[in-house]
Amino acid sequence: MPMDAITPHDELHDHDHKPGFFKRWFFSTNHKDIGTLYLIAALCFGIIGTFLSGLIRLELAQPGIGPLTHFVLWGVEGATMEDKIEAAKHFYNTVITYHGLIMIFFMVMPALIGGFGNWFVPLMIGAPDMAFPRMNNISFWLLPFSFLLAVLSMLVPGGPAGNGFGGGWVLYPPLSSTTGHPGPAMDLLILSLHVAGISSILGAINFIVTILNMRAPGMTIHKMPLFVWAMLITAFLLVLSLPVLAGALTMLLTDRNFGTTFFDPAGGGDPIMFQHLFWFFGHPEVYIMILPGFGIISHIVSTFSKKPVFGYLGMAYAMASIGFIGFIVWAHHMYTVGMNVDLKAYFVAATMIIAVPTGIKIFSWIATMWGGSIDFKVPMLWAIGFIFLFTVGGVTGVVLANAGVDHSLHDTYYVVAHFHYVLSLGAVFTLFAGWYYWYEKMFGIKYNGFLAGIQFWLMFIGANVIFFPQHFLGLNGMPRRYIDYPDAFALWNMVSSIGYAIVLVSLLFFFLVLAESMIRRRKADMDENGVGNPWGPYATTLEWTLPSPPPFHQFNELPRVKADDHH
Amino acid sequence: MRWIAVALISLFSLSAYAGQPTDGALGFQPAATDIMERINSFHNILLVIITLIVVIVMALLLYVVFRFNSKANKEPSKFSHNTLVEIVWTGVPVLILMFIAFFSFNELYYQGTFPDVEESEVVNVKAQGNQWNWTYTYTDVISDGYPLEFVSNPIHKGLPGEPEGTPDAPKNLAVDLPLVVPVDTIVRVQTAASDVIHSFAVPAFGIKTDAVPGKLNELWFKVNETGTYYGQCSELCGKDHAFMPIEVRVVTRQEYDAWLEQAQADVYGAREYVASISNSNIQLASAR
Repeated sequence: MPMDAITPHDELHDHDHKPGFFKRWFFSTNHKDIGTLYLIAALCFGIIGTFLSGLIRLELAQPGIGPLTHFVLWGVEGATMEDKIEAAKHFYNTVITYHGLIMIFFMVMPALIGGFGNWFVPLMIGAPDMAFPRMNNISFWLLPFSFLLAVLSMLVPGGPAGNGFGGGWVLYPPLSSTTGHPGPAMDLLILSLHVAGISSILGAINFIVTILNMRAPGMTIHKMPLFVWAMLITAFLLVLSLPVLAGALTMLLTDRNFGTTFFDPAGGGDPIMFQHLFWFFGHPEVYIMILPGFGIISHIVSTFSKKPVFGYLGMAYAMASIGFIGFIVWAHHMYTVGMNVDLKAYFVAATMIIAVPTGIKIFSWIATMWGGSIDFKVPMLWAIGFIFLFTVGGVTGVVLANAGVDHSLHDTYYVVAHFHYVLSLGAVFTLFAGWYYWYEKMFGIKYNGFLAGIQFWLMFIGANVIFFPQHFLGLNGMPRRYIDYPDAFALWNMVSSIGYAIVLVSLLFFFLVLAESMIRRRKADMDENGVGNPWGPYATTLEWTLPSPPPFHQFNELPRVKADDHH
Repeated sequence: MRWIAVALISLFSLSAYAGQPTDGALGFQPAATDIMERINSFHNILLVIITLIVVIVMALLLYVVFRFNSKANKEPSKFSHNTLVEIVWTGVPVLILMFIAFFSFNELYYQGTFPDVEESEVVNVKAQGNQWNWTYTYTDVISDGYPLEFVSNPIHKGLPGEPEGTPDAPKNLAVDLPLVVPVDTIVRVQTAASDVIHSFAVPAFGIKTDAVPGKLNELWFKVNETGTYYGQCSELCGKDHAFMPIEVRVVTRQEYDAWLEQAQADVYGAREYVASISNSNIQLASAR
């Protein structure tokens, strides 16, 4: 987006005013540094989450309980094979639980919202920083402590069968109350999620205030870049849904510790009530994970097709309506709890409506490419891969929306395949797309596009090999969260685990790209005016008018957005 | 197109032993009830629709990739609006969804409405989930003031030294005392739980309903063919979640009555009787 009133040279002077290392990275109030911290944290937590999923695929590669017995009862004298298998059963449940929680709360959300959101919302709206820089600092620093609580919870007694909480990321009581997990693991997990929730709510408030108040002169709401739109909607979803989770968790905490019976039928409570509260948060949560990605994909598709985004307003309001409808469909996660059939019918209808704005987005991305002159740079590969795979995950969502069919598929691997297609192949693909789109901008160095391309293709193949066969398993009746299965499910489980190995190789390439770029330190493209834009004139958002990396403080003089500028 | 999908599914779901999963299968287990039969046909319609959507999106993407790459199309066009196509791609999905919803509500209300039959013809069973087995109570079969009730324990729990899986007692699916119900009869299952939430599910019947503490949920089915059908607990319930299978032996009315007679006296003795019937049925099924 062109600016009239700014010469980037003025800003280069600020380069020297960075604080010292400790002050810069531990007391940071700079949105870009905090964004980087979020990305580093998400990377570390993501490695742990990926390791946990590796344990799952290792154990499930063949029928029987084997590999996980090597991870339990270390240092216990005289533990028999039987003891180890019993311990492994509980350990498996904790692994799937923490895999889910870590990937959601400590990988995807921090990376997309904390990382890219912090980095690029102020840059894209032409603001010098976030509205509340110090609140931004505490948003980030609550996260490692929340993670620490989660890790501690893995290591302290949970249920009768071992350490850690093994009740799934949905935390349904009575399995999560003292009936199922009397130990302190669940309490620590509740505290961990409380802290993560506070962190996210503070971050969301910061985004809302920043976006509503600090846009550059001339940038009306209807001229905001789509990533900013996506972040604004995401922030509203966070602010509206997380308090409900916090309430449910608090009730669970008092049920566990102070004798209340919110979710205990023995005292007049109802365990299903927790599920309603949880999914009132949980369903918006899945859109919280994907909406920022929608924004990223729009920019990438437009940039590399060398065309403006097709149907900008439709795209923005499609996201807004997805966000709104996301709040009124929660009980489609609960078709089997014994709801009244009319209530189910409502949730079927409401859920299917989501397919309409989602379809608008998919078709608008294709229309953006239509007539374009597409360059298949690395971010574009991820974006096109995302569009295709999100479509696959989306249509299985339409199948699951029908309660009549969902009675067969609920809690089977079909559901696992569905939500990994939209998250593991959806949200994570947008994450990598954004990473490779902005890498040079954020860090001022170039990566090796060939190696990054190999990573994409391996990931594309591997993730499909993991998750596509899981549709077959689910249709044939294999339930979720099973450490062992009937022999008849052996073939597709083996294929799925082979897919995981392919993804591991692809992640190796990811770190190779990272290491290569950090060692070689090829300087980012910059013209004589200090404008760092490797993608050409169709990368129109304001971050591409700045040097790469951007100065420590940018937009000391606000850019002006002209009335006829594209979004 | 639809017939191709149907043919493909039936090809891969052919199985000597109905009522349990098949290695390498791509689709549902063969239906044993009208409920599952209807789910299957509805899913076949859905499968055609979603496959077409994915194929169309893939075709568009491929076309765009080959036609509008920077080598094939040097000059990008500038358009960013086209009201007509926007209306079409909003309207057409709405029509498709309405088409789906028509079938969807039919199925939902069919499953959710208890059939209009004489209560005396209904077999009532209560299935209570426990960590980690099922307690079955035949609430209508009272002797000495107590209903017929027994606990159905798994044969396999993933531990060393357990019997190998056999076609009659597949690994992780077989139990010591199966649920026995008559064929061609409406069965009402009320699910409940004694500790945490479990879920009573039998894929070949197309049923799955959570067993929730403090609540009595209800489901119904009517099996069309005698045989042995397996299901597994479908709500994470703790350590042995994978090891609390559901085994349903569907027998003729006469056999059912004979079994009831014996079971009221000695439920373990009646097991031998049921085992002998079911074996002959399995041979029948494999011959067919």
